[in-house]
Amino acid sequence: MFEFLLKRLASVVPTLILVSVLIFGLQQLLPGDPAMVLAGEEQDPTVVAYLRVKLHLDKPLPVRYGYWVAGVLKGDLGESIRSQEPVLTLVLQKLPVTVELALLAFAIALLIGIPAGVVSAVGRGTAWDALANGFSLWGISTPNFWLGILLIMLFSVQLGWLPASGYVSPFVDLRANLAAMIMPAFVLGNGIAGVLMRHTRSAMLQVMSADYVRTARAKGLSERVVVLKHALRNALTPIITLGALELGTLLSGAVLTEQVFTIPGFGKLVVDSVFNRDYAVVQGVVLVTASAYITLNLLADLAYFAVNPKLRS
Amino acid sequence: MNAIAMPTSPKQAAKREAGPWRRALRKLTRRRSALFGAAVVLGFVVLAIFAGWIAPLDPIATSWGDIRKAPSAAHWFGTDELGRDVLSRVIWGTQASLLAGMVSVSIALMLGVPIGLAAGFLGGAVDLVISRITDAFLACPFLILAIAMAAFLGPSLTNAMIAIGVSATPIFVRLTRAQVINVKVEDYVEAARAVGNPPWRIALRHVLPNVTAPLIVQATLSVAAAVIAEASLSFLGLGQQPPAPSWGSMLNTAKNYIDNAPWMAIWPGLSIFLLVLAFNLLGDGLRDALDPRQR
Repeated sequence: MFEFLLKRLASVVPTLILVSVLIFGLQQLLPGDPAMVLAGEEQDPTVVAYLRVKLHLDKPLPVRYGYWVAGVLKGDLGESIRSQEPVLTLVLQKLPVTVELALLAFAIALLIGIPAGVVSAVGRGTAWDALANGFSLWGISTPNFWLGILLIMLFSVQLGWLPASGYVSPFVDLRANLAAMIMPAFVLGNGIAGVLMRHTRSAMLQVMSADYVRTARAKGLSERVVVLKHALRNALTPIITLGALELGTLLSGAVLTEQVFTIPGFGKLVVDSVFNRDYAVVQGVVLVTASAYITLNLLADLAYFAVNPKLRS
Repeated sequence: MNAIAMPTSPKQAAKREAGPWRRALRKLTRRRSALFGAAVVLGFVVLAIFAGWIAPLDPIATSWGDIRKAPSAAHWFGTDELGRDVLSRVIWGTQASLLAGMVSVSIALMLGVPIGLAAGFLGGAVDLVISRITDAFLACPFLILAIAMAAFLGPSLTNAMIAIGVSATPIFVRLTRAQVINVKVEDYVEAARAVGNPPWRIALRHVLPNVTAPLIVQATLSVAAAVIAEASLSFLGLGQQPPAPSWGSMLNTAKNYIDNAPWMAIWPGLSIFLLVLAFNLLGDGLRDALDPRQR
């Protein structure tokens, strides 16, 4: 077990190094002299000269990468050209909002996707199965920013039940926070629910034909107990592991959802930075997102390992 | 598909391959949902190609007297904030979406398949390096990477397609590599090696044709993802630039007029949904028809 953990942890290191090369390489995509681009429209020669020295643009590429990585390792992701604030501070300010949105969305996805998958597998070939499959296709095929607009039309404009935009901290007013977050969380969770439904259906169908489920039925247990206690419990492991891989979709989706509902989170930060040509912030956001994704995947792998007796032995 | 042993002439090989492909096509045509998907995709392709003939009005012609008019006999889908005909813009917008879907997946295929083939076929250090680089790309969520690339390359439809194509490449690298690793140990590959075929010929003539089925399925599903990605980038202002029509940018404008011109948001969104749904249905159908495990 210890060997597996070490191997899995060790495999993260080269990935992280290559991710850092990739993100550093993004800067090289800037057309022309990065210092001129970063200096904004005025391109003040003093600012250009300052940036050239600050970003080590007069040094060879590998040396520049070395400086950048050394900074990242010390928590220095650069500075926002727009607000002059450290990128890490900006990211840490916005992160809790996106984390809350992502957690709520994932909870909604689990609450919808898993029951829909179970119903679909248990009633294979019935109208319920068709309905659940239709729901899954709807979730996978609907652009979440469009769904967001449709929900705003219905629940904010027509019915006036929920706010169309904005964010209130849960520590200030929990009710207002939930009212503001429920629509975006549903929008974000909808697509992932569709994917989770498919994973659940396929895992349940596999488990339902296993010997131990047949034995449970032969013992005379009720269908409810067979499905929920014997089948679903065993099917949950791959579902959760595969579900964890959807966290990347969640982070990507958050960018669009936050834009539709004007939520001041991580996604809005990256979009605003793109339009302000605040490239250090864009790089910082991608780096933090990728690191979070790698860590979550690692945790999902470890969780899979921990709950799977076959792997442990 | 994998059962025949000795390398033969291309004509004979084509004859031999016709069997499983024809079977797959028969299976595909028996699935009504896949046929529906194919029909909708075909419909959108026709719209995109003949947009100039089908669209009733110029998609970028503004009319100050027709600002945000509700759907009517003159403007079936209504007009937008500059008095432009929404139906004409939706029809012309098909071009951007389909183009982005096809071009970006072609980029991903052109980069991903040879790289995956090299990794799987050559193995060793080449495989190790390629796999690690692929892992690094996959560690960056698809849309976040596409947004970052589009931001650094500059906002335009071409750059959006490049960004989406490059971001989608690792999936094809990984898929091709996995398939090649399975296929290269088959008897017919060993036989091809035994009769003295050079490695490049074995890879191209004997391995590659036998890994195409899952690649076709993945490519179809990736077009659906690419259409959403293009709409997302355009929604954020990083794709097609105004005044050229694109479904994503139309939705971006529409969100500012939700309360007084809801039709501006309904039709472009519905078009994205229909096209993506059609590719997903077609992809699911192809998977059932081509994937031997489903058979």
